[in-house]
Amino acid sequence: MRYSALRILKEGLTGNKGWKPVWREPEPKREYDVVIIGGGGHGLATAYYLAKEYGTTNVAVLEKGWIGGGNVGRNTTIIRSNYLLPGNEPFYELSLKLWEGLEQDFNYNAMISQRSILNLVHSDGQRDAFIRRGNAMFLAGADAEYADADQLRAELPFLNFDNARFPIKGGLYQRRGGTVRHDAVAWGFARGADSRGVDIIQNCEVTGFDIEGGVCRGVETSRGPIRARKVAMCVAGSSGRVAAQAGMRLPIESHVLQAFVTEGLKPVIPGVITFGAGHFYVSQSDKGGLVFGGDIDGYNSYAQRGNLPVVEDVAEGGMAIMPMIGRARLLRSWGGIMDMSMDGSPFIDRTHVDGLYFNGGWCYGGFKATPASGWCYAHLLARDAPHPVAAEMRLDRFARGHMIDEKGMGNQPNLH
Amino acid sequence: MIINHPLLGPRDAAEFVYLGDAALIDRPDWQAKDAAEQFHAYGYLRDNPAGRHQELWYHEQGDRSWLVVTRDTLTHEITEVQLARDVARSRGRSA
Repeated sequence: MRYSALRILKEGLTGNKGWKPVWREPEPKREYDVVIIGGGGHGLATAYYLAKEYGTTNVAVLEKGWIGGGNVGRNTTIIRSNYLLPGNEPFYELSLKLWEGLEQDFNYNAMISQRSILNLVHSDGQRDAFIRRGNAMFLAGADAEYADADQLRAELPFLNFDNARFPIKGGLYQRRGGTVRHDAVAWGFARGADSRGVDIIQNCEVTGFDIEGGVCRGVETSRGPIRARKVAMCVAGSSGRVAAQAGMRLPIESHVLQAFVTEGLKPVIPGVITFGAGHFYVSQSDKGGLVFGGDIDGYNSYAQRGNLPVVEDVAEGGMAIMPMIGRARLLRSWGGIMDMSMDGSPFIDRTHVDGLYFNGGWCYGGFKATPASGWCYAHLLARDAPHPVAAEMRLDRFARGHMIDEKGMGNQPNLH
Repeated sequence: MIINHPLLGPRDAAEFVYLGDAALIDRPDWQAKDAAEQFHAYGYLRDNPAGRHQELWYHEQGDRSWLVVTRDTLTHEITEVQLARDVARSRGRSA
């Protein structure tokens, strides 16, 4: 079933009785070609591209809860490709290009809105660093635009330009950046994968791996054993505890990141604005709520809730850069679990166990990566070779001395 | 979170800086034959458990002591707080 304006009109005139569930609820089969652990955005995107690009349809996505109930359902929905390093920037630019064609590709309204992202600049050194970043973006085929303080004063008069500590001296725009309806991303990929034959199995928790002689032959689950030629971990946030079941220690710590939404307001913020110096970022949802966040809480956590000192810190960041935000009432906040890796960059790689693959370590930047993560992971699973734009995202990069350390923080996960 | 400092009593966790897994006390022997592998594991690999976790907290806005805090990463409940010095000594790390 394809969505179209004609179909919406017909259903609207006939009581909306013709809509059907957009994915099945199949019983797990005993054996698959590929089992993907984790029905989040990345797992569903991987299944979708495996089926669509490589014709691998004997695939199961195993999700311990319900699809779209993990990090893809609890993020701040920003898409962008404003990275610096050669191991990162081409990957995120591929992702942004996939976002741009995604709705037509999977025939689902994900409300992709390229409303721009702006990184504010507060010092001469930061301006030079951001112009360098803009040049790195051009080299990867992305767009970038430097705006000086006068231009920003005209465009965004509500910002606190004359803050004594962090005066706004300009900013780096990526006009193609923006926001996406995050739930619709999960639903669209799920529908696209399901319609091509992929089994999406919810309420099915992986409880162990069937590994014999260094070869992975399947998984144990809460709904019985499932054999597979290839098993693909894709459970960012829980990578540590799932990989531990396969006897692996990862260069990852799990941390909690909080985010916040205010009551619905009339349109006040045109795009995404980031205040890196105070670590605060904000956008406005299509429903009108201001959606914002800041730093991670900073210590290992699987609790899916944060603590109050970071709430205060984020609110202070917001008030410093955008004093009008103090007039808005906060409706809700939530905490999601992040795989914080040792250099702030992700992994898409084979493991030391034959037939077992790993995708994780997205830190708190996994949402924007969703299509490219699925695209590159599907490539790895189908071809057994890394996709060129994900070739640096290897598990052994620390042993080889090839960290992808965008922020230059070293192996301190809570600082990335 | 409240961290019950062994010398100073209950303190807000916001006074502290977090370093990570308390396994960082166990620095490998740089002269070992497999020192490179051991330092790779020491510097980069983590158990990252869901549940009981021993970790290092530095009382930066207080007495500048290092603590080993035993905390549950699922509930944030803190069950034990020791001076890192005492833990290191008990493991034979210092005199």
